[in-house]
Amino acid sequence: MTLTHLQRLEAEAIHIMREVVAEAERPVMLYSVGKDSAVMLHLARKAFYPAPPPFPLLHVDTTWKFKDMYALRDRMARDSGMELLVWQNPEAKARGINPFDHGPLHTDMWKTEGLKQALDHYVFDAAFGGARRDEEKSRAKERVFSFRTASHGWDPKNQRPELWNLYNARKAKGESIRVFPISNWTELDVWQYIQLEGIDIVPLYLAAPRPTVERDGLLLMVDDERFPLREGETPVMRSVRFRTLGCYPLTGAVESEAATLSEVIQETLLTTTSERQGRAIDKDAGGAGMEVKKQQGYF
Amino acid sequence: MNSEPIYQTDALIAEDIEAYLAQHQHKTMLRFITCGSVDDGKSTLIGRLLYDSKMIFEDQLAALESDSKRVGTQGQEIDFALLVDGLAAEREQGITIDVAYRFFSTEKRKFIVADCPGHEQYTRNMVTGASTADLAVILVDARKGVLVQTRRHSYLCHLLGIKNVVLAVNKMDLVGYDRATYDTIVADYAAFARSIGIESFTAIPISGFKGDNITAAPSASTPWYDGPSLVEHLESVEVLSGVDAGKPFRMPVQWVNRPNLDFRGFAGQIATGSVKSGDAVRVLPSGKTTTIARIVTLDGDLNEAVAGQSVTLTFADEIDCSRGDVIAVADDPPQVADQFESTLVWMADEALIPGRGYWLKLATQTVSATIAEPKYEIDVNSLEHLAAKTLELNQIGVAELTTDKPVVFEPYADNRTLGGFILIDKITNATVAAGMLHFSLRRSQNVHWQPTDVSRQHHAALKNQAPRVLWFTGLSGSGKSTIANEVEKRLALMNRHTFLLDGDNVRHGLNKDLGFTEADRIENIRRVGEVARLMADAGLIVLTAFISPFRAERDMVRAMLPEGEFVEIFVDTPLEVAEARDVKGLYKKARSGELKNFTGIDSPYEPPERPDIVVNTVEMTPEQAAQHIIDKLLPLK
Repeated sequence: MTLTHLQRLEAEAIHIMREVVAEAERPVMLYSVGKDSAVMLHLARKAFYPAPPPFPLLHVDTTWKFKDMYALRDRMARDSGMELLVWQNPEAKARGINPFDHGPLHTDMWKTEGLKQALDHYVFDAAFGGARRDEEKSRAKERVFSFRTASHGWDPKNQRPELWNLYNARKAKGESIRVFPISNWTELDVWQYIQLEGIDIVPLYLAAPRPTVERDGLLLMVDDERFPLREGETPVMRSVRFRTLGCYPLTGAVESEAATLSEVIQETLLTTTSERQGRAIDKDAGGAGMEVKKQQGYF
Repeated sequence: MNSEPIYQTDALIAEDIEAYLAQHQHKTMLRFITCGSVDDGKSTLIGRLLYDSKMIFEDQLAALESDSKRVGTQGQEIDFALLVDGLAAEREQGITIDVAYRFFSTEKRKFIVADCPGHEQYTRNMVTGASTADLAVILVDARKGVLVQTRRHSYLCHLLGIKNVVLAVNKMDLVGYDRATYDTIVADYAAFARSIGIESFTAIPISGFKGDNITAAPSASTPWYDGPSLVEHLESVEVLSGVDAGKPFRMPVQWVNRPNLDFRGFAGQIATGSVKSGDAVRVLPSGKTTTIARIVTLDGDLNEAVAGQSVTLTFADEIDCSRGDVIAVADDPPQVADQFESTLVWMADEALIPGRGYWLKLATQTVSATIAEPKYEIDVNSLEHLAAKTLELNQIGVAELTTDKPVVFEPYADNRTLGGFILIDKITNATVAAGMLHFSLRRSQNVHWQPTDVSRQHHAALKNQAPRVLWFTGLSGSGKSTIANEVEKRLALMNRHTFLLDGDNVRHGLNKDLGFTEADRIENIRRVGEVARLMADAGLIVLTAFISPFRAERDMVRAMLPEGEFVEIFVDTPLEVAEARDVKGLYKKARSGELKNFTGIDSPYEPPERPDIVVNTVEMTPEQAAQHIIDKLLPLK
């Protein structure tokens, strides 16, 4: 019996999660409510069954996520029996940082700074993330165990070699590890696993008529009354879905009729635009946008 | 876009997505590495594989086209290498500096490619990529033939146990697709491969740039070639996990799952073989046996599980089993030993220090290990054995190693999981080496502990005292010997049985063969530690006065003794004060260069992080320091 690629990817992710729990003092799972997070949570439940996963979920919230995301987040935390920690950067909150008025500062303060604050506040020494190597060029070279200095910096030239399935989780006080158990999965693997395992995802991934405006080349959804319409903009009902989910004013939708998982996979396979293209964030700083963000501590 | 039949799934996706998904779901997975010299066209080949399997999206393609024109090396044509070379730093240098993992799939398989660097100084990255690979693609530039680097890469792949080797003779377009050129290279390589023990390989003439024999063969330009295309070959090779499934059952325990008093499961990934409920198993290193009760998963209990799967097992009997143990088939278990011959690949800037303790992680076992001076270093270019005192970054050597606890293992050639290990520096926590165990050394099998009837507790009770090792550490001239002598006098007045081991005195006898290099200093402390331990076993209170500058060695001695018996006493004297005293005139000699490796001058002193007792000799007289120590130690019973 030869295992299929999905069986091997699942076994590898479970192995990685168990190593972290065995060797780290205070692990946490970053939970963004996206499809990759959904897969991660499902794998964690499998890894530690019949016990609940022995770590909390951490949602670094920007207060600008889609309403459907908050609803699913709360339900999943309840169902899994795990503790859900929600962190909102108090400084960003006090200053009213938002994606409409503050541009890149919004991501920097709510997400990058917020994540560092939360990890420091709870003293987590290992954080699971759902990043994949196929997403973006610089991620292809990131280790499964990625070491961060006490100030959360990432040095791409000074990462530990990873041989076989042996992970060195030793670190000095104050240092932490980001761990990426689904590094070797592709977008198609994630979709197919969601379908095969019947994993709950945010309905926004499936096409439905939604109020949208076209702005700066992105198709944005008017998810609540905080969305300031510019002159001449009127929300139009379009059948759209989302390939990735972030803050609703920063996440572009694609026009689509794919209302089932199979149809979404079909469109994904036939499409010619890569997954992160709907996100404004990667386009900063030329070709090396994500790499620069990561050195600063972005996940 | 180059549409060869092998990737023509678009029609199926569009017409019958369910059928396509059913097909994709049952694909197996092959991991392979590509290696070659700097200009052999690795990145171009991988870029081509991704491009042909439609793993490049339109926006990436647009970026690739504009990048190609800006910094590409192919004129106005698409430079596939740019797609593959990721990090900003390396884009400037134009060479791949790390291992990058890429993904593509065909109708039959999903592939993970480790893109390994060809640059001279990056042996460590290649070894990393090879460690998880089922197959290696060795690229050779048809214009250049088999180079020194080709030999090195082939040797490393062979060392890491890769059985499937592909010799891809690339850039055939630049030699006019000349068959004779190809045949000569293949013959050259065959002679070399045989000499290092590669039993077989598959040679394929290709052009990564033009696409010849990548997905279909023979290409129009190579009608003389009668073998498979590269992709066809990759699709047909047997994967490692399939081979492992046929071996005896072994599962290293990662984590004990204990959600409540009624459930105790052992979680791990099966390394080799298969297991069924009711199977008789043995837990190592204890050797206790039981049978498997259940194979537990979230989706319900399994009847059987095989190599590669992550599962949770429960036992029919309550026997001890914890992280680091190995569950194995009862009648064919792996070996347990604490001395081995191994091959090491050194991966850190700081060289190997023979005799120093490193953490050794093998499967889920982490133990302390010391490495002997290498038997020899292997020149990866000529494959000659060279004499070596140590191993430096990117050097490979064979050395004996000793662990402080027995390790469950199998030779690497039989089992990658139970034979492959990493070494971790105890201070910096860096991964400093990768290694492969070959066999256990006879002496560890034949030397057994001789049980004695009068125990160490008896010895101590007769003397009416608790044994201790009072370990004085500090700079030369700090006052260690003076204070230790004073402490011993006071203990003797209290009728305690003591013995003082002094650094200088021991070097006249037991350790007169040792000098002052880092390795000799470590061996000096190891021997003193062993002697102190024997004396503590005899019930004595042992005092030692050695500079013992390295934390790792003091911790090594601490680990030799029962908890609480090692008392680290830091004689804290600033360097200026010790140097001003200069009782033996040694600092003067060291400053003048007459004395090498002198602690504090040209050799470091690592002060204790958490000493049990500290005495400050600037503020205290030796008598006060001695009394302070005695006060801290009492009652000593």
